[in-house]
Amino acid sequence: MTVGTRQVRGRSPLGLTVPAVLALSFLAIPIVAVFARAPWGSLAADLSSAEARDALLLSLRTTLASTAICLVLGVPLAWLLARTTFYGRRFVRALVTLPLVLPPVVGGVALLMAFGRNGLIGKQLDLAFGLTLPFTTTAVVMAQTFVALPFLVISVEGAFRASDERYDDAAATLGASRWSTFRRVTLPLAMPGVVAGAVLCWARALGEFGATITFAGNFPGTTRTMPSAIYLSFQSNPDAAIALSLVLIVVSVAVLALLRERWLSGAAR
Amino acid sequence: MTADRRSWSFPLAAACAGLALLFSVLAGCSNDSNQQTLTVFAAASLTETFTSLEADFEKDHPGVKVQISFGSSSALAQQITSGSPADVIATADDKSIGIVSDAGDLDGSPTPFATNTMVIVTPPDNPGQVTSLADLQDADFVVCDPSVPCGAAAATILANAGITTKPRSLEEDVKAVLTKVTLDEADAGIVYVTDAQAAGTDVSTVDIGPDDNVVNSYVMGVVKGSAETELAKQWIQLVTSQAGQGVLTAAGFGAAP
Repeated sequence: MTVGTRQVRGRSPLGLTVPAVLALSFLAIPIVAVFARAPWGSLAADLSSAEARDALLLSLRTTLASTAICLVLGVPLAWLLARTTFYGRRFVRALVTLPLVLPPVVGGVALLMAFGRNGLIGKQLDLAFGLTLPFTTTAVVMAQTFVALPFLVISVEGAFRASDERYDDAAATLGASRWSTFRRVTLPLAMPGVVAGAVLCWARALGEFGATITFAGNFPGTTRTMPSAIYLSFQSNPDAAIALSLVLIVVSVAVLALLRERWLSGAAR
Repeated sequence: MTADRRSWSFPLAAACAGLALLFSVLAGCSNDSNQQTLTVFAAASLTETFTSLEADFEKDHPGVKVQISFGSSSALAQQITSGSPADVIATADDKSIGIVSDAGDLDGSPTPFATNTMVIVTPPDNPGQVTSLADLQDADFVVCDPSVPCGAAAATILANAGITTKPRSLEEDVKAVLTKVTLDEADAGIVYVTDAQAAGTDVSTVDIGPDDNVVNSYVMGVVKGSAETELAKQWIQLVTSQAGQGVLTAAGFGAAP
């Protein structure tokens, strides 16, 4: 372990190196342990079982849907926060950030209170259209959108702010409406940020567990996503749970690789 | 520097030891030497009864703290075989404790201490008009996941009654089923008689006939490698004593076979 330190500054002090190495091993050892314990022999069988396939496909379908919803609703919200001033904007930003710090299971309880069969809005939906949301795939997408939307809004807002506002002004002086300025100038300039935000948002939706199992329940094919499948199969068939965990780790690493330009280079934004 | 001669295993072990120390110091879980702790892992359906017995046990054993972790039996069994430090495990079926004894983690053979049967619960106003097991065919109902004892029992009951409607959700433990019903998110749920009784007026119950019902046998045992074998045995004595059985019967449990 040689630490590349410049001669002038001397060696890294032990008081910093030791905690840093501890932190690193604490993060790395559990991941390594999953690979070490992985049931390589039965991996193919574990992952091609009907249950695993159902969970994989459901996760894929619901996370793509929730990411699309986050894009359609989140990009305009990010634009509003970045480019306009209105009364209570700081409050709105705090509200957007809230699901980011809220324990997901609390999000699930909150969604149930709002959209459950007896909920604030859910009750009206049931009375008016006979529509109940809990225990449906729609509820899974709602839970994922609730927890993932802030990730998209925050990164896209950052991208909007970072792109030079004078391009917007120039477009306006040339006679472009605010809508076409957004479409032709602001959005293309912020596109890398939008893509990064979408990938991050998708990753968060993929990992969503607490809000989903609380609000949407757990049934194979309709509401049992990968994290729920991992949680439950860990009780009866740990090997299958480890195999599924492996898939999510690989996906997460792939997400990081996709974002490496923006995040790992230290040049976020 | 002699670093190149050192193998990786020493720094790695040192790092792990350092981490363990750091966490135990920060979490404040270093054991008080004057206090003994008995750790009990118990099925979620034992929440009310074991909590009440815990108070009795601590009163009879000054200086002893009983710590009970409630959860689904299969999850608790899995935790013990993965090395969780427990002294006693009490499960809601033979299968879960079998996982522990098959792994060689049980000291001696398990002691049966109670039985439990299943019942249908509905919200008090019974929105799905469920008045018999057969009515579940046309109702939105929830049960436990088949990987946990209450779910295995529910699956057997549904099969016995020839109900082909699928549950809306397979919950992680019996308390989660009860919550979905008390919140009025489901028309009905299948739970233990004891959970229905503990829920009181929050739910109405519909009996399941003896032909379709399932009797779950509750068993417990001392975990191998427990540091408190004596206390663990005394806990089992308390639960099987007349006083312990009285608490269980009052909660709706049946006597052990």
